[in-house]
Formats: sequence, structure tokens, C-alpha cells
Amino acid sequence: MFTFPEIKRSFFISLWFVFLTFPIMVVRVNSIEKTVHWRWENIFYVAVGSFFLSMIFRYFLHRREMQSSEDSEKEDGTGQSFIHDLLANPVYRNTLGSALMIFAIAFPFLFSTYQTNIMTTALMYVVLGLGLNIVVGLAGLLDLGYVAFYAVGAYTYALLHYNFGLGFWVVLPIGGLLAALFGILLGIPVLRLRGDYLAIVTLGFGEIIRLILENWGSFSQGPSGISNIARPALFGIDMSLNTAIVYIYYIMIIFVIITIFFVNRLQDSRLGRAWIALREDEIACQSMGIDKMKTKLVAFSLGAFWAGIIGVVFAAKTTFINPASFTFLESAIILSIVVLGGMGSIIGVIIGALVLILLPEYLRALSEYRMLAFGAILVCMMVFRPQGIIASVRRTYKYTPQNREEGL
Amino acid sequence: MMNYPILKVTNLTMDFGGIRALNQLDLDVNSGEIAALIGPNGAGKTTFFNCVTGIYRPTKGDVILHQPHTGKKIRLNGLKPNKVTEKGLARTFQNIRLFSQMTVLENVMIGRHCRTKAFIVGALLRTKATLREEKEIIEKSHEILEKVGLAKYVNEFAKNLPYGAQRRLEIARALATEPVLLLLDEPAAGMNPQETIELVTLIQEIASEGQAILLIEHDMKLVMSLSDRIFVMDYGKKIAQGSPEEIRSNPEVIKAYLGE
Repeated sequence: MFTFPEIKRSFFISLWFVFLTFPIMVVRVNSIEKTVHWRWENIFYVAVGSFFLSMIFRYFLHRREMQSSEDSEKEDGTGQSFIHDLLANPVYRNTLGSALMIFAIAFPFLFSTYQTNIMTTALMYVVLGLGLNIVVGLAGLLDLGYVAFYAVGAYTYALLHYNFGLGFWVVLPIGGLLAALFGILLGIPVLRLRGDYLAIVTLGFGEIIRLILENWGSFSQGPSGISNIARPALFGIDMSLNTAIVYIYYIMIIFVIITIFFVNRLQDSRLGRAWIALREDEIACQSMGIDKMKTKLVAFSLGAFWAGIIGVVFAAKTTFINPASFTFLESAIILSIVVLGGMGSIIGVIIGALVLILLPEYLRALSEYRMLAFGAILVCMMVFRPQGIIASVRRTYKYTPQNREEGL
Repeated sequence: MMNYPILKVTNLTMDFGGIRALNQLDLDVNSGEIAALIGPNGAGKTTFFNCVTGIYRPTKGDVILHQPHTGKKIRLNGLKPNKVTEKGLARTFQNIRLFSQMTVLENVMIGRHCRTKAFIVGALLRTKATLREEKEIIEKSHEILEKVGLAKYVNEFAKNLPYGAQRRLEIARALATEPVLLLLDEPAAGMNPQETIELVTLIQEIASEGQAILLIEHDMKLVMSLSDRIFVMDYGKKIAQGSPEEIRSNPEVIKAYLGE
């Protein structure tokens, strides 16, 4: 399979890489002594390295093409992934579920507080991902300003606590509902747009919220942020820092379970069907009597609701928030979680969140190259598995004449 | 059974900028009849459908629907498409617009949307009422699929159906909304003769159950064999109306189709 043109192409790629990396890998300017140090040996490493990497890349690409052509010959439905086969069996599903559950409960006792803290962050992104998954994965509305609703939730708690001394559990529903309300307010003008236009407007909205928080000092204390936010309370018991971290971890576990449960139910409802139909053909949908605006607004505000809830948790977890936590990068990460994990797939989004949040942490061993490695992993993912880690296999309604019930 | 008008369109006019696509069109459909709207390409037939179903907002004129089960007369123009469907006008599309990633059953289930209620709370809590409703949706959808002869494809994805079956599925989906009047936009377009014959049988079956139908069609043989009454349009105007025999011998119609 390594034909001459392939080798030639890899050769040119390595030449191109040598050229690109020349200024950073070869030239080193010593600005004190005003001398230039030429490291010519690096050319060799870059050339050989990129040549072989490109060969490997090509090999996998080639294999993927072979596979996909084989897959398309198979009948539809058999090409499901291993995970879906596993989950289809109730015995495996229950064993796997309870094993995961025990692991999740035991986690804080098995690992350090530092690990628990990272895991809590990852779980927060799981919920954020699942929330955005309703908007992007199910209803097909590309929302690039999701972090705005997260900010609304966080600032709701911070401000209500700062000004009125309200506690975590009181503010939690308020934060969620306020974010949902913002979702509706934004949605009314914006959801008339479609696709790219919607993405741009939501992106703008996300930035507007951040800029308001940054500049309206008398309201939000501006860039200096709000500190000394209370951690969640448990019947007024004073907790040490370590206990509080573990406590928030368990709160997040419960939230993740509730969210999975709700998203799952929404997916299989009349509303979920309408979302999927709306994603496919808006005009046909309207002609079938689906209120386009209402259905989209519900998706948008439900997604915002979860972002608001997690915003409150975020404020309580870090005890300090400022507008810098709610930049576009956050929206981009949450969106990557949904896309990388597999749009519309609940397990996919969960795995996507864990990978995307935990990977940069555990790649710390690579120190300054960690973001490079992270980027390379993302690019490879998109090339080799564009459908996401776990591609969404939608459960379809089945009609079986024997039991006359939906065969879910 | 007394026949009474269920759809009354008066003076319908639609302008696109300076172009008058529909010009003071009058049309009415009676209960239980099959009416047809014909005309050369570009005569404004699909524009008429779009105006009546709320996709376009007509410049002038009235569209009144008479709901037999409530006895109400409802003005449809100005309503959104989903409201129009809710009031009892369902349509199919000239270029098939199915939800291709959904199964045949699910496509019809979407048609039941406007006749059912469950919302967020119902979805989350799965109350008894919601479960019953879901079951009814599936039952009813399957019933309709049986009626149009697609029951064997029930769990198939819509995109995998043969062309003729996709057209039938569009009709099934529209029927699922329990329309007062069914609007078919070129149901036989692109069908082979065998499929067309099957379609004629299907439309006759649906009509025999009292369903009023208004169809746009190019296939003259189909129109002449099916319709009780025919309306002919040319350049946005109605140029003739009457029974198939009257239309066949109408000199205006012959001129519009064959030229001078």
C-alpha cells in the first residue's frame, strides 16, 4: 500500500514541515550576546518525524476508507457500535451501571482531594454538555453563546448571596429559572434565524453578557469579581474545605443522574420527536402543525436551565467568580464536548466531557506540549471519527403487532 | 348527505414585488368532493397552496374554512402554517419533504402532534395520561399506515422507501392531522404508470370515507378520472371551472394548454 506517489507526498509534507518549523526549531537568537545559534540537526529530526507521522496518518486514513466501504455494504442497523450492543442487553447494562455507580461513590475515598476536585469539574461539564446537547444535538440549533446562561446562573448566586445572604439551595432553582428566562428572552428574536446566522448571533449574545458583567461595576463589581461566596450548606453544619469538596462532588453526581434521566425522557417524548423533525425540515414540520417558535424556545430555555443550575454550582465551588470565567472559550469547550462525544448521544457527551476536561489535566506530564498534544488528539478525532466518540444511534419507535407497544 | 362548502377562497391576490402571482382568485371546495386545480407551469398553483396554508401571507382576499365538527367558520389567512393545520387543512409537498432520518411510523406520529398535548411536564414525569396518549399516537399512526398500504414498511427509515411509497407516506402524514380538507400538491409527479394507478385507487378510497380533497396535478388523465370539479388557472387567474366534461371542451382551457 505504500506506493511511490504516497511516499513522494509524505516527502513533500516533511519538506513543508521543515520549512514551517524552521524559525522555531532551527534559529535561536541570543538577544543578549546578539548572536544567532543555528541548530541544523533539528531539521533532520523534524523531517524524519513528520515523514513517518504522515505515513502513519495516511495508513489509518486508508484503513478507515476501506472500513467505511465495507460498512456501507452491510445493512443498516448492524453497524452499531460496541457500546450500544452492550447497553441493549439489560443484564450488562445493569451490571455496568451499578459498577460505575459504586466507583463514583467510592471515588473521593480512593483518590486525593485534588482528583476529586477535577472530577467535580468534569461532572459539571457533563451536565453542561448534556444541556447543550438538547439545543445542538436534538433540536439542531447551533448555540455558540451557551456560556452566557452559565454566567447568569453563577452571577445569580453570587449576587443574591452577596446582597441578600441567600443560601445555595434557595438560589439553585432561581438560578436555573432565571437562565431559562434569559433563554426565552434571547430566543424570541434570535430563533427566527437559522444555521450560521443563529450561531453568530448567539456568539454575540454570549459576549454581550460578559461585557455587561465586566463593565457594569455597580451591579457586578466588574472585572474584580465577587469573592467569599458560600459553599453549599448541609443543615448548617460547618465543613472543612476537604469535606466541602467531597460534598460538592456528591451533589454533582446526583445532578448528573437527574440530568441523564430527564434528557433521556425528553428525547423519547412528543417534544423530543418534534425537535428531531424540526432539525430535519422546518417547513414540513410547520405544515404538520408543529409550532416552530414554541418548540425551539422550549429547547433553548431547557438547555439554558441546566447551564444556569451548573452556574450556581460553579459559583459555590470556586467561591469566587469574575467575568473572565465566562469567555467564548468556555462555550467552545462545551460545544466541543457535544461534537466530540457524538451529537445527540448521551453516553457520547458524558465520555466527551470526561475526555476533554480530564485529558488536559493528565497531560500535565507533557508540560508545555500538553496543549499541542491536546490539539493533535482533537484533530485526529475529527479526521478518524467525525461522528464523535460514540455516534448517536437514535432509538426509534417500533411498532410490533404482538404486544402493541413501543419497543424501546 | 348534503354537500356544503368547507373551503371558500374569495378574491385571493398575491403580489411578489411587482409580479402578481395570484389575481383575484375565487375557489370553493365542497365537503366530500375531490376538486382539482390545474394549469400550465407557472400558473400559480403552488403559490395558491402556499397562500392557503399560511406559508405566504396573501396580499388581498379571504380564505374561510368551515369546520363541520364545530360548525365554526374560520378565517385562515394571516394564520401561521401550524395554526392552519390545527384548524384542519393538511397538505403534501410537490418535492417530497419527509423526515428522512425518522422511521415511517415516526413520520406519521409527527402528524399527530397537533392533535395531542403532552409537553415538558408530561415528558419528564411520564404520567398515565402521557403514556396513554403516546400509545394512542402509535395505534392511530399504524392504522393510517395500514389504510395507505404502508404497514409493511412501518419500522423502515423514510429515506429507504421507494419513491411511490414516499409519496404515500406524505399523504399518510397529512391524514394523521385529521384534516377537514386534504391538499395534495402534484401527488403523481414522477410516478410510473403502475404507481399512478395505485395512487388513484388510494385517493378514491380516502375520498370514499368522506374526506374532501383538493389536488394540484399535471397528469390530465388522473385529474379527469378523479375529480368532481376542476378549476383551471393561467397567469395567476382562474380561467375556467366546472365538471371534467365541461373543462375538456372549454376553448379557453385548450388555448392555455396548447397555445393559439
